[in-house]
Amino acid sequence: MANNMNETTAGVVTGPSGPKPRPILSPRNIMIYGTILVVCFYYALPLYVMIVTSLKGMPEIRLGNIFSPPVEITFQPWVKAWAEACTGLDCTGLSKGFWNSVKILIPSATLSILIASINGYALANWKFKGSEVFFTILIFGAFVPYQVVIYPIVIILRELGLFGKLPGLVLVHVIFGMPILTLLFRNYFTSLPEELFKAARVDGAGFWGIYFRIMVPMSLPIFVVALILQVTGIWNDFLFGVIYTKPENYPMTVQLNNIVNSVQGVKEYNVNMAATMLTGIVPLIIYFASGKLFVRGIAAGAVKG
Amino acid sequence: MTSVSIQNLDLNFGAVNVLKQLNLSIEEGEFLVLLGASGCGKSTLLNCIAGLLDVSDGQIFINGKNVTWAEPSDRGIGMVFQSYALYPQMTVKGNLSFGLKNARLPKPEIEERVARAAEILQIEPLLHRKPGALSGGQRQRVAIGRALVRDVDVFLFDEPLSNLDAKLRAELRVEIKRLHQKLGNTMIYVTHDQVEAMTLADRIAIMRDGLVQQLAGPDEIYNRPANKYVADFIGSPAMNFFEGRSTSAGKIALGKLEFDLAGYNFVNGPTDGDVWFGYRPEHVVLGEAARQMPLAVEAVAEIVEPMGSDTLIWTKIEGYDFRIRTDGQYKVAAGDPLLVGIDPRFASIFDKTTEERV
Repeated sequence: MANNMNETTAGVVTGPSGPKPRPILSPRNIMIYGTILVVCFYYALPLYVMIVTSLKGMPEIRLGNIFSPPVEITFQPWVKAWAEACTGLDCTGLSKGFWNSVKILIPSATLSILIASINGYALANWKFKGSEVFFTILIFGAFVPYQVVIYPIVIILRELGLFGKLPGLVLVHVIFGMPILTLLFRNYFTSLPEELFKAARVDGAGFWGIYFRIMVPMSLPIFVVALILQVTGIWNDFLFGVIYTKPENYPMTVQLNNIVNSVQGVKEYNVNMAATMLTGIVPLIIYFASGKLFVRGIAAGAVKG
Repeated sequence: MTSVSIQNLDLNFGAVNVLKQLNLSIEEGEFLVLLGASGCGKSTLLNCIAGLLDVSDGQIFINGKNVTWAEPSDRGIGMVFQSYALYPQMTVKGNLSFGLKNARLPKPEIEERVARAAEILQIEPLLHRKPGALSGGQRQRVAIGRALVRDVDVFLFDEPLSNLDAKLRAELRVEIKRLHQKLGNTMIYVTHDQVEAMTLADRIAIMRDGLVQQLAGPDEIYNRPANKYVADFIGSPAMNFFEGRSTSAGKIALGKLEFDLAGYNFVNGPTDGDVWFGYRPEHVVLGEAARQMPLAVEAVAEIVEPMGSDTLIWTKIEGYDFRIRTDGQYKVAAGDPLLVGIDPRFASIFDKTTEERV
C-alpha cells in the first residue's frame, strides 16, 4: 500500500502540476482586450473633444485642431455657459434651467419610484382579483409611443389647469415612468423568497408594515436602478419639457438647445460644449456614484422572474 | 380537548383540487406529522391552517374558535419555514421581537419573552447578530424562537429541517422533540422524511393527492399500514410485494409457493381473492432459523450492500425483486446461497383491486 502511494507521488513530479500556465498574449486575450480598447476609444473620443474644446478660447478653436489639448486653459466658457449665455433676450445662462430641472426631477423621480414600488409590491405579493389583467394593461403602456399621446395630454393638462406649469410636467413624467418601473419592482419583489412575506404575515405585519419594514430594506439595489432610470430619463427629457412647460419653466435640456441654436454672430463652440457637459453631468454623477448597485439591481430584478 | 379541527376542507388552484373534503382533528398537546411525497398537498394544508391561503370550502377551528376567515396573526399560531425566512436586515433580537412589536406589547414584556425564548433555544450569544452571520442550524433555531416568543398554542413546521445537513438534522430533530416535551404545545409538522415522521410524531397523517390515506400512530403505520400506498411509502428499503391468491381457509399462494397464514391479524378474517402480499425487508429471517418459519425459500444473493450497522441483500424470489435487511455482522457475499424465512405475523396483505388491507 505504502509503496503504491510513493509511485503516485513520483508520477506527479514529472507530469503537469499545479495551475495550468496561461500566456498573457494569447489570441483570446488579444481579441478580448483589443475589442475593449477599440470600443473604449470609440466612446471616449467625442467626450475628450468636448472637454478640450470647452477649455479653449475662441482664437484657439478657430485654428481647427480639435484633437489637440488646450494651450491656454480657460474656464471662461464654463462660467459663461452657466451664468451668461443668452437664449433670445434672456442672458442668465443655464443656471435657471438647471434649477427648473431640479424642481421637475425631485418630485417626478420620488413620486414615480414610490408609487411604482408600491404597485410592484402589491402585484407581486398581494394577488387580487384582476391583478394579472391590471398588470398586462400597465405593461401595454410601456409600448405606447409618446408621440401618439402628446396632444391628448395637452388637452387633459389644460382641463386640469396644469398646462404650462411644473406640476403638469411632473404628472406626465410620473405616468410615463409607471409601466417600466412597476415591471421592474414587481419582478424584483417576486424574486424575494415568498416565505419571508408569509413569516411577516404570521408575525402580524400588515400591507404597509411588510412593505416598509421587510420589503424596502431588502430592495436597495432595485431602488437604485429605478433612481438611475428615472434621473436619466427625466433629466434628459426634451420632448415633454418643451411641449408642456412655458419658457420660464423650461428644463435644462430645452435651454441647452436654445443656447446652442441661438446664433449671435459667432458660434461659440467652447460655450456650447461646456453647456452640454453641464447638462449631462447630473446623470453621470448618479451613475458613477451607484454603478455597482445598478448592475446588481439589474441582474437581480430585471432578468429573474 | 381538540386543538385544531379541520372540517370538509377544499382547496382549488384554478381547476386543480389540491385538498378534497379533508377532515382532521388534532388533540391538544399532540404532535401531528403530515407526511407525503411532494405535491400531495401537505404544505398546502399547513398554509391553510396558518391562514396564508384562502380555502375554497370548509372550516378550520383552532381552540374551538372558527378561524376560517381570520388573519394569520390572529389565529394563535407560530410558524417555522423551510428556508428559515429570517428578516435579513434585522438582528436576531429584531427577528424575535418583530411579531411582538406588531402586536403592540409593552417593552418589558417583549424583552422578557425574547430572553426566555433565547434561553430555551440557547441562542443568547447570537441575539445581536444578523441572520447572514449565522450557520444553518443557528438560523433554524432563531426561526423556531420566532414562533416561540409568540406564546401560541399551535406550532406549525413546514419542512424545517430539509435545508440542513444530515448530522444537524438529527440534532435538531431531537431538539424539537425535547421542545415539545417541555412546552406541551400542539405541533403540526410537515415533512417528506419518514425518519422525522416516525421519530417525532404522536400521530402521522400520510397524505396523497389531497387525501389522508392513514392517520395513526407511528407503530400502527409501520406495522399495520392501511393500504398498499402507505405500506410502500413507509420503510427503507421499501416493502417487498408479491402478487398472490388467498383462500378463505387462511392459506396464500405466491406463484408456486403455498403456505399457511398462521398468526396473520386479518381485518375481517380470511377471504378468497387476488391479493398483494407485502413483507418488510427487516423482518426476513435468514439461516437455520428460517426453517422454523411457515415459508422458507432458497435464494441467491445478487447484490450485497454493507452499511455497517445493517447489510442490505438484493435477491429474487418467484421472479420478484426481494430485498433483505439483516444485521451488519451477518457475513454474506454476492452469489452466496441464502435460506429466506418469512413469518406471516409480520406480513401485510392488501386486496388486489382496492389495495386496502385485508
